[in-house]
Amino acid sequence: MAEVVLRTEGLTKHYGGVHALVNADFELRRGEHVAIVGDNGAGKSTFVRQITGVEQRTAGRIWFDGREVHFAGPLEAREAGMECVFQNLALADDLDVPSNLFLGREIIRWNLGPFSILDRRAMRRATEEGLRRTGVRIPRLDNAIRHMSGGQRQCVAIARSATFASKLIIMDEPTAALGVQETAQVENIIRNLKDQGIPLILISHNLRQVFDLVDRIVVFRRGHIVASLRREETDGNDIVAYITGVKSQNAAAALI
Amino acid sequence: MADMAINPGAAAPRGRRAWPTELNALIGLVAIALVFEALAWAIRGQTFLGNTAILRIMILQVAVVGIIAIGVTQVIITGGIDLSSGSLVGMVGIIAMSFAQAGTRNGADFTGAVFWEQGWVDLPVAVPIAVGLVLGLIAGVVNGALVAYAKIPPFIATLGMMVTARGVAKWWTAGEAVSNPTPSFAALGQGMMPVLIFVALAVLFQALLSFTLYGTRTYAIGSNRDAARMSGINVERHLVLVYALAGSLAAVAGLIAVSRQLTAQAGLGVMYELDAIAMAVIGGVSLVGGRGSIIGTALGMLIFGIIISGFTFLRVDAYYQEMIKGGIIVGAVALDVWRQRRRALRG
Repeated sequence: MAEVVLRTEGLTKHYGGVHALVNADFELRRGEHVAIVGDNGAGKSTFVRQITGVEQRTAGRIWFDGREVHFAGPLEAREAGMECVFQNLALADDLDVPSNLFLGREIIRWNLGPFSILDRRAMRRATEEGLRRTGVRIPRLDNAIRHMSGGQRQCVAIARSATFASKLIIMDEPTAALGVQETAQVENIIRNLKDQGIPLILISHNLRQVFDLVDRIVVFRRGHIVASLRREETDGNDIVAYITGVKSQNAAAALI
Repeated sequence: MADMAINPGAAAPRGRRAWPTELNALIGLVAIALVFEALAWAIRGQTFLGNTAILRIMILQVAVVGIIAIGVTQVIITGGIDLSSGSLVGMVGIIAMSFAQAGTRNGADFTGAVFWEQGWVDLPVAVPIAVGLVLGLIAGVVNGALVAYAKIPPFIATLGMMVTARGVAKWWTAGEAVSNPTPSFAALGQGMMPVLIFVALAVLFQALLSFTLYGTRTYAIGSNRDAARMSGINVERHLVLVYALAGSLAAVAGLIAVSRQLTAQAGLGVMYELDAIAMAVIGGVSLVGGRGSIIGTALGMLIFGIIISGFTFLRVDAYYQEMIKGGIIVGAVALDVWRQRRRALRG
C-alpha cells in the first residue's frame, strides 16, 4: 500500500447536469511521474480539483499516502504533503521571493499573534537552499515578483511547491504561457524532482514535453479516463487517437 | 510633478534592486519645494523654505490628517478604500470631548457641560481617550465586517459609515459645539504633540508592515487575494483587523484635533478622508492594492502640505487653493492609473 502514493476509485464530479468527471480510477506510485492529457473540457482540471480539495467530489474515494482522505480544502491537502502549482500562479506579485515561498507558513522569531515578528534571515536562507535544490536561478530574491519574467515567476511557484512538498506535486499546465528557454528551465526543474524521487502529476497539452518527462500517460476524454499507457509502449499518434476518441481502453467511455 | 512621473526602476531590472517608489516621492517633494522657493523669491522676494514659522504651521496642519492617512494607507494596500475617516474624526471628536469637559469655566460652574446633570465633568483624561478609541475601533470593525463578511464593496461600506458617523456627530448635541476641555485633555494637542504622535504612529505602523506577519498578510491580500486565501491566510479576519486599526487611527486624529482646537463641532473633519487618500496616492500607494508604504504616505503628506502652504505663502486665493487641491487628488490618481497601464503594457 505504501508503494501507492495516490489512488482514486470511482471519482465522479457533476456540475448540475454536466458530468465533468465520471468514475475515474487512478493510481500513482512512489517516485512516479505521470502526465494527464486530453482535450479542453476532458476533465483534467476537474480531476485535480477533486484530489486537492479545491472542490468537493460528487462520488468516489481517494487514498493519499496510505490512508483514505477527505480534504475540506487545498490547505488540508497541502498540510498532508500535497502541493499544487496552479494555472493562475498563486503568487503575491508585490512580495519578494522568500515571502512568497513562505506565504502562509512564515518562520516566526517572536510569536505575537497577528503581529508576530518575522525571521526574514531564516526564510531567505531556506529560500536560497530550496532554489538550489530545485535548480532555480533567480537573480535577486529581495525584489518583488512583479519585476520578474513569466518564466521566473513560474519557477518561483514550482520552487515553492518543491521546497515544501514531501509526497506529491501537481502541476497544471506549468509551461503554457512560457517561451522556449523558460519552458526548458521548468522542464529541468521537473527532471530534478524526478531525481529526488518526488512523485508528480503533470497536466500538459504539449505531447513532446510529456514524452520527454514522464513515465506514464493517462488520457482523459469527456470526463472519462480512456487510457493509461507506459511511455515506452506508446507514441504521439497513439495518444492522439485516444484523445480524439478513435481508440479507448475504457468500455464505458467508448459508448459515448 | 514631472519628476514623480519618471520611474526608471520599473523596467524589470535583472539582478538589480528595483527602484523604490518612495524615492520618486522624495524627488517629487524636493522638486516641488524648490519650485515654491523659486516662486517665493520671484513673486514675494523672500524665502519660503527658510520661513520656519510657516513650515511649522504647515506640518501641524497636515499631521492630524497624516495620522488618518496611516490607517487609510493600510486599507488601500489591501485593495480597499476608507471614506469614513473624516466623519469618524467628527464623531469621535464631539463625543470624546463631551467626556473631557471641565466642571468650571472662568471660576464659575460650567452648567453647559453635556454631562453636567450626570456629574461627569473633570474626568481623568483616560476616559475621553478610551471612549474615542473604542468608538473608532467599533466603527472600523463594522467597516471591516461589512467589507470582509457581507462582501459589500469597500467604497459603499465606508461611504455608509461616512454618512452614518456624520449623522451621529450631529445628533449627539443637536449640532451644538462642545468645548471647555480639562487642561490634561487640552494638553494632548498642544505644541508639537500632533507631530510627535504622528511620527510615533508612522514608525510603529511602518515597522508592523515591514517586519511582521501583519505586514506580509496585508500586502499579500492586496496583491492576490486568492493566493493569500490558498496560502491559508484568513483573509476576512485580517481585513477586519486592518479596517479596525484604520478606524482607531481616525479616532486618534479626532482626539488630537478637538484637543488642539479646544472645541468640537459636528462638522469637524469634513473632506479629511479625501486629503488622507490623496496623501497616500501621492506617496506611491497604489489604489489597486499591494503597493505602498507609510514612508511613502509621510512623503505624500509633506508634498501635500508644501503645495497648500506654498500657495498660501504666494497669497493665492483660498478658492483657487481648493480647486488646485481637487486637481492634485485627480492628478495623483491619474498618475497611479498611468503607472498601472505602463506596467501592464510592459507585461
